[in-house]
Amino acid sequence: MIAVNERTVIRDKKRSQLGEVWRRLRRNKAALLGMSVIVLLFVVAVFAPLLAPYDPNRIDMKIRLQASSSAHPLGTDNFGRDILSRIIWGSRISLYVGFVAVGIGAVFGGILGAIGGFYGKRIDNVIMRLMDVLLAVPQIILAIAIVGVLGTSLTNLMVAVGISQVPRYARLVRASAMSLRGQEFVEAARAIGASDVRIILENILPNCMAPIIVQSTLGVAAAILSAASLSFLGLGIQPPTPEWGSMLSAGRQFLRSAPHLSIYPGLAIAIVVLALNVFGDGLRDSLDPKLRQ
Amino acid sequence: MNTPLLQVRNLSVVYRTFEGVLRAVNGIDLDLEAGRTLGLVGESGAGKTTTALSVMRLVPTPPGEIVSGSATFEGRDLMTLPEREMMRIRGNRISMIFQDPMTSLNPVLPVGLQISEALEAHQKLGKAEAARKAGQMLEKVQIPAQRLQEYPHEFSGGMRQRVVIAMALACNPRLIIADEPTTALDVTIQIQVLELMKELRNEFGTSMIMITHDLGVVGEVCDRVAVMYAGEIVEDGDIAQIFDQPMHPYTVGLFKCIPNIEEPASTIHPIRGMMPDPLVPMPGCCFEPRCPEATARCATERPGGALVDGRRIRCHLYADGKRAFAHGRETVSHA
Amino acid sequence: MIRYILKRIALLIPILLGVSILIFGVIRLAPGDPAEVMLGPTAEREDIELLREKLGLNRPIVVQYGIFLKNALQGDLGRSIKTNNPVTEELLQRFPATITLAFSSIVLALLVGFPLGMIAALKQNTVWDALSSFLALAGFSIPNFWAGLMLMLLFSIVVPILPSSGYGSWKHMVLPTVVLAIQTMAVIARMTRSSVLEIIRQDYVRTARAKGIANKLVLFRHIVRNALIPVVTIAGLYFGHSLGGVVITETIFSIPGIGRLLVDAIRSQDYPVVQGGILVFALCVGVVNLVVDVLYAFLDPRIKAQYR
Repeated sequence: MIAVNERTVIRDKKRSQLGEVWRRLRRNKAALLGMSVIVLLFVVAVFAPLLAPYDPNRIDMKIRLQASSSAHPLGTDNFGRDILSRIIWGSRISLYVGFVAVGIGAVFGGILGAIGGFYGKRIDNVIMRLMDVLLAVPQIILAIAIVGVLGTSLTNLMVAVGISQVPRYARLVRASAMSLRGQEFVEAARAIGASDVRIILENILPNCMAPIIVQSTLGVAAAILSAASLSFLGLGIQPPTPEWGSMLSAGRQFLRSAPHLSIYPGLAIAIVVLALNVFGDGLRDSLDPKLRQ
Repeated sequence: MNTPLLQVRNLSVVYRTFEGVLRAVNGIDLDLEAGRTLGLVGESGAGKTTTALSVMRLVPTPPGEIVSGSATFEGRDLMTLPEREMMRIRGNRISMIFQDPMTSLNPVLPVGLQISEALEAHQKLGKAEAARKAGQMLEKVQIPAQRLQEYPHEFSGGMRQRVVIAMALACNPRLIIADEPTTALDVTIQIQVLELMKELRNEFGTSMIMITHDLGVVGEVCDRVAVMYAGEIVEDGDIAQIFDQPMHPYTVGLFKCIPNIEEPASTIHPIRGMMPDPLVPMPGCCFEPRCPEATARCATERPGGALVDGRRIRCHLYADGKRAFAHGRETVSHA
Repeated sequence: MIRYILKRIALLIPILLGVSILIFGVIRLAPGDPAEVMLGPTAEREDIELLREKLGLNRPIVVQYGIFLKNALQGDLGRSIKTNNPVTEELLQRFPATITLAFSSIVLALLVGFPLGMIAALKQNTVWDALSSFLALAGFSIPNFWAGLMLMLLFSIVVPILPSSGYGSWKHMVLPTVVLAIQTMAVIARMTRSSVLEIIRQDYVRTARAKGIANKLVLFRHIVRNALIPVVTIAGLYFGHSLGGVVITETIFSIPGIGRLLVDAIRSQDYPVVQGGILVFALCVGVVNLVVDVLYAFLDPRIKAQYR
């Protein structure tokens, strides 16, 4: 009998929602590993100048296309630059592009979705048809077209990738906003005379943060992939800036003679994207335990 | 005395979950004679469905596991039968009718196919012959045979349950296990379906285990009744005996829960408390925490089955046969 | 059913119109003037003006769009600035390579992804489940351009059994097909796993088992049929988007398809070709979605009934 009582006490104890999510996440080993990789990547990006053994742009034609050695653990590229250093510096660009692009997508998508879901009717209809149009073109093609028109630069790359991600956030927030619109606390806010903008910012958006966070985590992974693809096609970050996609693109010509130029930068992208996806999956499972077995 | 068709002995089933070992069925015995109908009553979570699924050997494994016991059906122990042999029994010698007709039919297959696939498997009929027989079965449950090609979503709830009944009867089984077959239906439809089941049972001479939490249904169709509580059968006997004079304190409580149209609603006496957490092993009687007549012995010692007047009771009060007769009247007068 | 299909086609029209307006508008916002691009940096002022006149570039943008739309409906998407060939002709010439690649990759993705997901679900929480789930997640995360280069390294350089680039024989298509299939395959595997796991717990699967029919029948008739419904939807939606991957695959493996044409056109600011190329992609996505919806109705009688 004592055992029964203890169980109920533990069950009844109120845990904060965040604590509960963390408790569930902690049980997911893969998600934790993913998170560690992401944290590590942030550390590497922040301390790149300290961690990189060489200047990523120092050209030395005497040592070009060298394989791994103790001096250059991942070898050197066609200009004799140290690949490890370039990958370390490249982490900055990838993370920056990934997060800013998702920021653009989430902010614009979130606002459009909230407006559509909150007001409904014609405004909603117009916004959603616009999203349908954006969704009618494959994401990467849309990004290519935007970059092609705006010209290649870091900012344009982030804008292009960001815009191509707008629809997914718009749809997500719209769905939440529509279900929240009729609920009592929103009615209550309206009754005390809160403006629409205030209701959206203070009541609607905070209440759909959980799915937005999950979607953003997976979105950063997708954005890093898109940005790298564009750079690979020569439509993103331009040489000599150390960026993983453009490093691959340059290394491609030496696939036969010096494959390490292509192997390592791609591996870096794959690891980061995998870590973000595993973590995003785990986060979704712990935020929505119903989806778990 | 008839020969026993099904004899379950000391059956125990557990589910191994993240939170621990859940003991769903705890060493139960059941007896069913050929041509008779046994009612298995109890509140939800008492282990009725698990009992039925274990007889069919359909307990989802993992997490479920039949840890002990035997179930002798037509002279063979179903628990040790090879899976191939068991497949020949399922749907052929023993059929099952499930609770919710809305979910127990496959939404993407025509109902005809869902009836005839059992016929094709067990009676080795060709497709056309099986379809013809399926049509006859539909007619038996009062659905026109030309609706064979229709999909479940084109039928109402009551009709779907009749389709399920047709499916169960298709191979003319010796035993049907019906798991709350009317619970999910409207009250008016419930009576229709129940009447149909009774009719067909008599026509085919099928034995039946009727699982329900509704004592009214038991009174309507059963010859014998087993009362289940927290994975154990606490009382088991002839329907007339138990309805006339419930003996186990839980059975007594169950009967006091039935509203009587001649009395005000305030005279319903629900049993206080809840079923014990099945994750926590109980050393004593499973009903002890809620029992109005519990003694110190009940908390520490598990009662064995006492045989009183042809019925089995798991309660210390009857262990020595001392309170055999006076008890029923006595508790009623308490109320 | 036919009425349903026609209705879906009708829904496609406003989307395509929207895409054409969007692309047309975005391209007109571009910094470079098409006439200047066509004639090169050394061109005379008057020549540029003359060409602008000829291309209709000095008329209001709405009029320009009207003309573009009218011509487009007649199959005329203008002429390439670079080659001066009709855009429609260029696109048609490149279309077979792309469609072959796309079609073979979706077939491959289904053939590998579906069984992979099934194995994971049926052997849930075993090594096989972990392995196939990891494969799926990895496939989803590996950049396809890198996968392309690595496969090329492996099968054309280290063990030279397949050509590294070009177009012509079936051997040329193997690596590009695999590369384009990887992500869709991963999505299908993941979706199949969760779908099968959900279906397996359904009451009607238990009913089927209670009938004593063969396990194979339970699996294929009752589980697979139902599990396919969400898989087809997601796979189709995702495949529409993975079509974008042909720009990468065709570039890596030098396949003369629409993807590579589009990338080249963007690099050389050949806007009529860009415009036409994007419209073709939008059309392909639309057709894929249409096929998915029809398949969906075919698999699920409840949906079919709504459109009878």
